[in-house]
Amino acid sequence: MYKIITKIELNPTVTQMEIHAPLVANKAQPGQFIILRVDQDGERIPLTVAGINKENGTVKIIFQIVGATTNKLNHKNVGEFIEDFVGPLGEPTHIDGLKKVCIIGGGVGCAIAMPIAEALHNQGADVTSIIGFRNKDLVILENEFNACSDKLYIMTDDGSYGREGNVCVPLTEMLSNGEQFDMIITIGPLIMMKFVVEAARPYGTPVTVSMNPIMIDGTGMCGGCRLTLNIDGKRVTKFACVDGPDFDGYQVDFDEAMSRSRMYSDFEHHAYKDSCNLFRKA
Amino acid sequence: MAINPKKHDMPTQTPSVRANNFNEVALGYTQEIAIAEAERCLNCKNKPCVSGCPVNIDIPNFISKIKDGNFEEAYNIISLSSSLPAVCGRVCPQETQCESKCTLGIKLEPVGIGRLERFVADWHNENSKEIPNKPQSNGHKVAVVGSGPSGLTCAGDLAKAGYEVTVFEALHTAGGVLVYGIPEFRLPKSIVAKEVDTLKQLGVDIQTNVVIGKTLTIDELFNMGYEAVFIGSGAGLPNFMGIPGESLKGVYSANEFLTRSNLMKAYYGNPSTPIMKGGKVAVVGGGNVAMDAARTALRLGAEKVYIVYRRSLAELPARNEEVEHAVDEGIDFKLLCNPVEILGYSNPNNPRDEKNGFVTGIKCIKMQLGEPDEKGRRRPIEIPDSEFVLDVDTVIISIGTSPNPLIKNTTDGLEVNSRGGIIVTEDGLTSREGVYAGGDAVTGAATVISAMGAGKVAAKAIDEYLSEN
Repeated sequence: MYKIITKIELNPTVTQMEIHAPLVANKAQPGQFIILRVDQDGERIPLTVAGINKENGTVKIIFQIVGATTNKLNHKNVGEFIEDFVGPLGEPTHIDGLKKVCIIGGGVGCAIAMPIAEALHNQGADVTSIIGFRNKDLVILENEFNACSDKLYIMTDDGSYGREGNVCVPLTEMLSNGEQFDMIITIGPLIMMKFVVEAARPYGTPVTVSMNPIMIDGTGMCGGCRLTLNIDGKRVTKFACVDGPDFDGYQVDFDEAMSRSRMYSDFEHHAYKDSCNLFRKA
Repeated sequence: MAINPKKHDMPTQTPSVRANNFNEVALGYTQEIAIAEAERCLNCKNKPCVSGCPVNIDIPNFISKIKDGNFEEAYNIISLSSSLPAVCGRVCPQETQCESKCTLGIKLEPVGIGRLERFVADWHNENSKEIPNKPQSNGHKVAVVGSGPSGLTCAGDLAKAGYEVTVFEALHTAGGVLVYGIPEFRLPKSIVAKEVDTLKQLGVDIQTNVVIGKTLTIDELFNMGYEAVFIGSGAGLPNFMGIPGESLKGVYSANEFLTRSNLMKAYYGNPSTPIMKGGKVAVVGGGNVAMDAARTALRLGAEKVYIVYRRSLAELPARNEEVEHAVDEGIDFKLLCNPVEILGYSNPNNPRDEKNGFVTGIKCIKMQLGEPDEKGRRRPIEIPDSEFVLDVDTVIISIGTSPNPLIKNTTDGLEVNSRGGIIVTEDGLTSREGVYAGGDAVTGAATVISAMGAGKVAAKAIDEYLSEN
């Protein structure tokens, strides 16, 4: 059992928790993920590490309430326990030697992008961050990004905060003005990452994307998280849990990944509705 | 008295009933049947059957105790060699092991050794109130990686010898493949849980949610004071065929399908983890895992389940009993067929059509058997222009697994072979001092009992290693 140490509502649909898991905290690095189960018989869901405190033995997670499991998790409070918490899984984001980097986060993906931006900042890299949200109410981690970014662009789809438009707008502006980055690291909805790759393609800037597909065990055993990379004209199957979660954005078959991510959407919709009803009665 | 030429039939649920439930198919011998079956044993002096058992159970001896009606004593004899008798009695391929060496088998059917083993273990679990005593500690600490059959066996033997054993399990439940892989109708979860509890009573500490190679490394285990490590991490990564369409929605590895059903309890109606149910299902492969997947799909409500296998019935690697059960339950065997493509739905006029990307069928080609290959199995050859399509909604790929690289990648000096299996000596010793390994992590996908045998050998070697130091 793993204790919830802190809980903060970052916006109406996004919550941050610190979980006491010393073994995981001792090893975790930015870009890695954990798998948790809220309660017995619960679903195993992967969440990327959003912060690590080795001294206190805690791991920070930030999640959007999108389905039954995240809804159940959000109903847990400080001092309560979650059933299982295992990690760190996957490979850390490779940031060694990077000197000028553009970090692009979308929605709750910003939670994962932030510790990477922080780590880059700490190693002395020049960090440009672009974070995008649907509207003003959903903006998270603005102060944190400010603290570790040399330049910060906040974008909203409706223009209610920061600039209007998606994350590709400032990226394209910078690239077309001749700005050069060692690497673009992007984390967010699949469709956003796909468009970031397309925006960067004409300039040949390397793009790292963070994939977060459906998973069960997280150790390579089930193969449910598989995705297809196009490498030198060959289609190669990779497992996001052990080979990733970071991949070369130019190689990822995003259309297939998007299709696979909707495999259980009908089921999930019903499960979410049921979980809402459950808490309503309670 | 003439010996009954046939072994006593195993009472089973009738196929039409069991195809709709997850209860155990084989119901087990009654006392009367067990004693009658035990009477068939000739009690050969040279005990050929024992040589066919990877853990060398004294088979004629335990069977003679059944004849006497002394079931607890029979259990004690099995326990000397096996930590998991209720499991082995159910899932061992006895027909190719102990029973294949039975003297009776030369002219008649061999003694039903597996069925008798199961009877004894079940009798003990139901009737014995004895709680195993925790042996006095010898002060040595040993770490076991993985709580599958090899790890549990190694842990059990070491605990009985006085070692302080900690088992590290990556998943949230102990049991490894016995829990995530083998379905309830073949090996009830309660039986695995009972065996795990017995180990805990012997003092074995089981730590779930620890991935060795990630959460902790082998070297860190030594730093924590463990003096020897046994790696029984299993054969992790599922193989795919590399044919078009394997990433369509509705295509599973057998590992994923069975894990969703078994470990995440979709079979139990657990609403939290989804699985594709109903419709038509094709399982690709012919091993025990393929049979498990096919029969699980049937029980989850599939209207039609095919096994697609590229060789003929004679080459099916699954146990005879599993194949017979599958046939009786109505699984349709498409033998001498090999998949060439998985077909999916695609609406050219509407990219947002929700059916896009879901499986609609599997295209196969007919095969014939050619000359035997290096292993002596006849090589399947495609028959030109013989493609046909099976209409299915779900495809389950069950063509084996490869060892998981997590431990190899984080352990300096741990040597593996070209297939990724950890290289060990006869005693299970790896290329690292104090590090032993066994089971599928060494051999690639094999049987529960061979993994147990490896765990047993390693436990003995670890005991000798630590006794010398």
